[in-house]
Amino acid sequence: MGLPTEVLEVIWLSLQVTTTAVFIGALIGIPAGALLGLYSFPGRRLAVTIVYTLMGLPPVLIGVIVYLLLSKYGPLGSLELLFTPEAMVIAQVVLVSPILAGLTLSAVQAKERTYSETAKSLGATPSQLVWTIVKESRKGIWAGVAAAYGRAISEVGAVMLVGGNIEHHTRVMTTAIILETRMGHYETGLYLGLVLLLISFVFNSFLMMGVLEQINAKRRKM
Amino acid sequence: MPQLHLKHLHVAIEKKSILTIEQMSLACGKIYGIVGPSGSGKSTLLRVVNLLQKPLTGTMNYWGEEVDLASLSHAKALAIQRQMAFVAQQPVMFHTSVFDNVAMGLRYRKLDRKTIRERVSEALQLVDLADRIHQQAATLSGGEAQRVALARAIVLNPRLLLLDEPTASLDPANVSIFEQVIKGIHQQRGTTIMIVTHNLPQAKRLADHCLFVHKGRIVESADTSTFFDQPQSQELADFISGRMIY
Repeated sequence: MGLPTEVLEVIWLSLQVTTTAVFIGALIGIPAGALLGLYSFPGRRLAVTIVYTLMGLPPVLIGVIVYLLLSKYGPLGSLELLFTPEAMVIAQVVLVSPILAGLTLSAVQAKERTYSETAKSLGATPSQLVWTIVKESRKGIWAGVAAAYGRAISEVGAVMLVGGNIEHHTRVMTTAIILETRMGHYETGLYLGLVLLLISFVFNSFLMMGVLEQINAKRRKM
Repeated sequence: MPQLHLKHLHVAIEKKSILTIEQMSLACGKIYGIVGPSGSGKSTLLRVVNLLQKPLTGTMNYWGEEVDLASLSHAKALAIQRQMAFVAQQPVMFHTSVFDNVAMGLRYRKLDRKTIRERVSEALQLVDLADRIHQQAATLSGGEAQRVALARAIVLNPRLLLLDEPTASLDPANVSIFEQVIKGIHQQRGTTIMIVTHNLPQAKRLADHCLFVHKGRIVESADTSTFFDQPQSQELADFISGRMIY
């Protein structure tokens, strides 16, 4: 460790794992949150309580559960995913999906009261109504994506357990920081920590500046 | 044949009766002024007609089609809602451009882009906001936003236009523009209009027929001149003269 190529490799894997996990988590969490926020069905209150509880799930516990599922004698052992980047993605998906669902739920509920009647009176079908409210809630949802990304990229317990911190294979920034610190390489540990902070800053700035919104606006004008 | 006929309507919230109407008919192509004290049920009436609020009981005959308001299917409600348009007292603007706001209902109806562009431009010209087409709706003043809300409603070319105290928070200039547009739409398209207003001179200026709603009931209904000049009930006489305390 300490060589720029190795550091870059660790950073690249961190970004790959986290981005993939947040993307998959968004595909699960955002529709689930919208469903919970905008529809009434039996068991909805229980489902909301479960989502909010899972938002605070300790990453180490997620790591243990995913580890047991993927271990040789676990129900998914035949997939041979333990100690691979895919296992780390699975653990992070479990971590971020409830966060994305919970924050989407809050965001759409806040907008539902305001926009639902207007959209209905303009003749929106139920699916158009949901899409309109989700669009109006986009700032809150993006904030959820940013929070989920920050949580996932800075997480260490679960990825350590299911990834194993194997050099050139499953070592990511957080597990590398622990390793470097234990070996007394404080400079490298701090360096990686600053890179983590920088990634978080760039990602959040990108969202806060509304770059995606501007891209959408330009696309509409074209 | 009336355009809209309500029967045996009863609206209650948490067992408290809000609105009870035995019979109410609207003729095609007229402007109806709905007046009455605050909390009398005027806005509830509009919301029920626009199918935004479900009553406990009641049927509505809309252009010959009779529906049970208490057990209306989504599809049927949507088909009726798409023949109406509603403008609320406080305009709700979507966080996008003025164009997209006005185009929203047309997009819901899946009209083609060219038609949407033409109709949105025409509607914005009517409310004198054609130069704001690309402006973000959130940056409009209250009066401009309300005019955009009116454009968003009239662009749908509704058979029935429902206006819930649309000018309550507007300055005189915006009120004047608003009223001119309403009159113009009514004359050109023959749109039936229901306007809830606290502004009695406005009801006199705009409405062909007025209804007085008090304590959740239609107390009096008459053509505008009779309504204001020869009120039949003591409540309406008190309301018009400003003696009614509520």
